Amino acid sequence: MAKQLMKGNEAIVKGAILAGCRGFYGYPITPANEIAEAAAYFMPLSGGVFLQAESEVAAINMVYGASSAGIRAMTASSGPGISLMSEGLSYLAGAELPCVVVDISRGGPGLGNIAPEQSDYFQVVKGGGHGCYRGLVLAPASAQEMADLTRLAFDLADHYRNPVIVLADGITGQMMEPVEFKGEPALPPAPEWSVTGTAETRGNLVSSICLEPDDLERHVRKLEAKYKRAEAAEVRFENWRADDAEIVLVGYGIVGRILKSVVEQLRGFGMNIGLIRPITLYPFPAAELHRLAYHARQFLVVEMSTGQMIEDVRLALNGLAPVEFFGRCGGNVPAAEEIAAVVRRLQAGSHPEHRLETELDEVALHG
Amino acid sequence: MANYTTVHEKSPVFYPEYERKSEARGQTHYCPGCGHGIAHKLLAQAIDDLGIQDRTILVSPVGCSVFAYYYFDTGNIQAAHGRAPAVASAVKRARPGSIVISYQGDGDLAAIGSAEILHAANRGENITVLFVNNAIYGMTGGQMAPTTLLGHKSTTTPFGRNAVNDGYPLRVAETLSVLDGPVYIERVALGNAKQILQAGRAVRRALENQVKGLGFSLVEILSPCPTIWKLDAHQAQQHVREGLSSVFKPGVYCDRTKEAVPRPEPKPGPALTGIPRILGIELNEGASAAPVAAASVDLRIRIAGFGGQGVLMLGQVLAEAGMDAGLDVSWLPSYGPEMRSGTSNCHVRISSRPVDSPLVTRPAVLLALNEPSLRKFISSVEPGGLVMYNGREVPGDCRRPDVDLLARPFTEIADELGEPRAGNIVMLGALLRRIEGIPDASVDRALARVVKTQRWLEIDRKAIARGREVCHVS
Ligand SMILES: Cc1ncc(C[n+]2csc(CCOP(=O)(O)OP(=O)(O)O)c2C)c(N)n1
Ligand code: SF4
Repeated sequence: MAKQLMKGNEAIVKGAILAGCRGFYGYPITPANEIAEAAAYFMPLSGGVFLQAESEVAAINMVYGASSAGIRAMTASSGPGISLMSEGLSYLAGAELPCVVVDISRGGPGLGNIAPEQSDYFQVVKGGGHGCYRGLVLAPASAQEMADLTRLAFDLADHYRNPVIVLADGITGQMMEPVEFKGEPALPPAPEWSVTGTAETRGNLVSSICLEPDDLERHVRKLEAKYKRAEAAEVRFENWRADDAEIVLVGYGIVGRILKSVVEQLRGFGMNIGLIRPITLYPFPAAELHRLAYHARQFLVVEMSTGQMIEDVRLALNGLAPVEFFGRCGGNVPAAEEIAAVVRRLQAGSHPEHRLETELDEVALHG
Repeated sequence: MANYTTVHEKSPVFYPEYERKSEARGQTHYCPGCGHGIAHKLLAQAIDDLGIQDRTILVSPVGCSVFAYYYFDTGNIQAAHGRAPAVASAVKRARPGSIVISYQGDGDLAAIGSAEILHAANRGENITVLFVNNAIYGMTGGQMAPTTLLGHKSTTTPFGRNAVNDGYPLRVAETLSVLDGPVYIERVALGNAKQILQAGRAVRRALENQVKGLGFSLVEILSPCPTIWKLDAHQAQQHVREGLSSVFKPGVYCDRTKEAVPRPEPKPGPALTGIPRILGIELNEGASAAPVAAASVDLRIRIAGFGGQGVLMLGQVLAEAGMDAGLDVSWLPSYGPEMRSGTSNCHVRISSRPVDSPLVTRPAVLLALNEPSLRKFISSVEPGGLVMYNGREVPGDCRRPDVDLLARPFTEIADELGEPRAGNIVMLGALLRRIEGIPDASVDRALARVVKTQRWLEIDRKAIARGREVCHVS
């Protein structure tokens, strides 16, 4: 019984506990509830803390407290709750506290609905809170990745001393797929900077205050350098038959899965098409997209929103290749057939002379 | 600024020199006559008396006391405005051996942080809260606080606080005392030496309660803010004694310390090696075995019906069985209000190759457990697909010549077996006759995993067998 059929939301909690997470602080919201419910069950059994907070504001500040005290801590919510957590995320990043926040996104704005959407991209990937900070963002597309990326999230959070957000959607949270767990259970010791109520840590201070402009600039530059390191070291993506593709689809999370089936369908008809599925949304796989632009004639970004990640794709390509967009929102999930039809239309209206022959030569020269 | 050092009787709980300050490291940043300075001394003394300096973690707020960490030689955590009780709650639970103090002003605690303090108190967190009530926002320059007295002119009540517009001074000690969570709430004042002595006793008790593990203690400290009140130190103390104390009456508002049962020492967590068992998982070491399937399978199934017909469970058994047979699978339910409206449906994929999209928008198999579901999904079925319908016959307007339609009253058949709710499993039995790649043994093991009681397992096994029988082509 190595693989087990498991909901993505449950896989997150199991992955977290295996990673050594011993504190979960949450407030109910659909479609993230199973995460808190599983944590309420498994945390106490694993020697950890589960605490239902009075709000997401309190929840993220509990994460702040637990992380200050040197334990691996997390929370999970959906768009409306992530909005309330923005303040806390800014403080966590400012105080360089590691933590994991899961966003099982739903339809917005406002109360919107509880159906899956990808409209939290700007909020989660671009910050949400105040100040020059970034959250590292991982975007799982399967129950297996819910487990694996959650575990990775804790390691990244500790390594960079920064919040890491796992951004998924209602579908990935609710669906069951086979999941297997690898790697021994971990329980890292309290970091030496943490405040644990002992003689050794008495001199420690967790704070996001830098009163003097020069101090704050130094601090912000330090954060910036850290993000640069992450940009160089942590980019993850899935390249699915994109190396020789003329048309490159770009989509993350569940959309990436749907796009894969679009690629398979259209390859079956002889179309030269591939997929880039960003797994890290920050840092974004900009270099990979840029690389493919020397070959690809056309990029098509598909999102369950009116277009948010597309801005990062455009920035990455910087005009090298045309970028089109197809999106559904409101909780509607684009069907593979629907996307395939869009691709066919795109192809029909395409101009092969748009190929970037000159740059292609250059790449060849550089090996 | 003159570099003088206050050497007389400085508590060892204060740093000898305030190195975290950028200048004037021999003195605090508080104004002369400020109550925060006195409250700090009382707290330092209590920490020292109780011998808990190493264990103490001070959570400082946003307000004039935001820099409490300049002074206290203890563990220090600086919290966002109003959130200190949430931070402190989590610190205490993460480190039960520590002594956690949430130090807050009235804007911080009684306005922006009113939810956090209410719930920390109500949970009876084993923390100590020092609530410095100076009836004004000090740090931001004198705006109205929730505790500002009626008639008082602040920068945001230039005509005086008016109850009709601004509401009333908020009595925190009284308000929190109606809760069952706290063990000790006292209001004290810093209006003269005698009051300060009493305040010191209260602070000490509030800390001692935590040391003993008794639970939530809060001391509200009526505190002078001469700078904003535009009074000299002497007049400010008088205002504490006469003005503030007349609205916020000093006294003990809650004392359950005698009845309170000390919290048990936290038990150490389980051994790490026991974690997989607790999580109900087996760790898979080494390379993961790729699914080995007997034949090429690619089943795209949509199942739909009323809630209670076992739509989701039927899908789950199929997915479990597929996985057992070495195939890749996915199961995706509809969720949310749709479920509550009484209908439910799920997408199941079972494939000998890795499943790409878990969504089944063009099903090869539709299992419709009721008529609305048949109507809703029939047109989506792939030409050449299979439709099973829970009814005697397919309504005329739902027929499609290009799909294989099988109508059987599965619920009635299950009823004959003694359990109408097993209609979904009768349908599963029928389906298994029509599809390939999922061995009987896999289905049986899947049932055993999904079905929780022996009685139901037996019913379901009979239902499967019966389903196979009724599935001869009509
Ligand atoms: C979210 C947020 N809103 C507003 C502020 C600005 N602010 C800083 S201190 C403070 C009021 C503090 O007053 P109080 O708690 O009474 O403490 P005092 O300064 O009087 O000791 C405010 C509103 C802030 N830091 N954060
Ligand atoms: S403004 Fe008031 S509360 Fe703030 S330091 Fe000065 S006297 Fe104290």
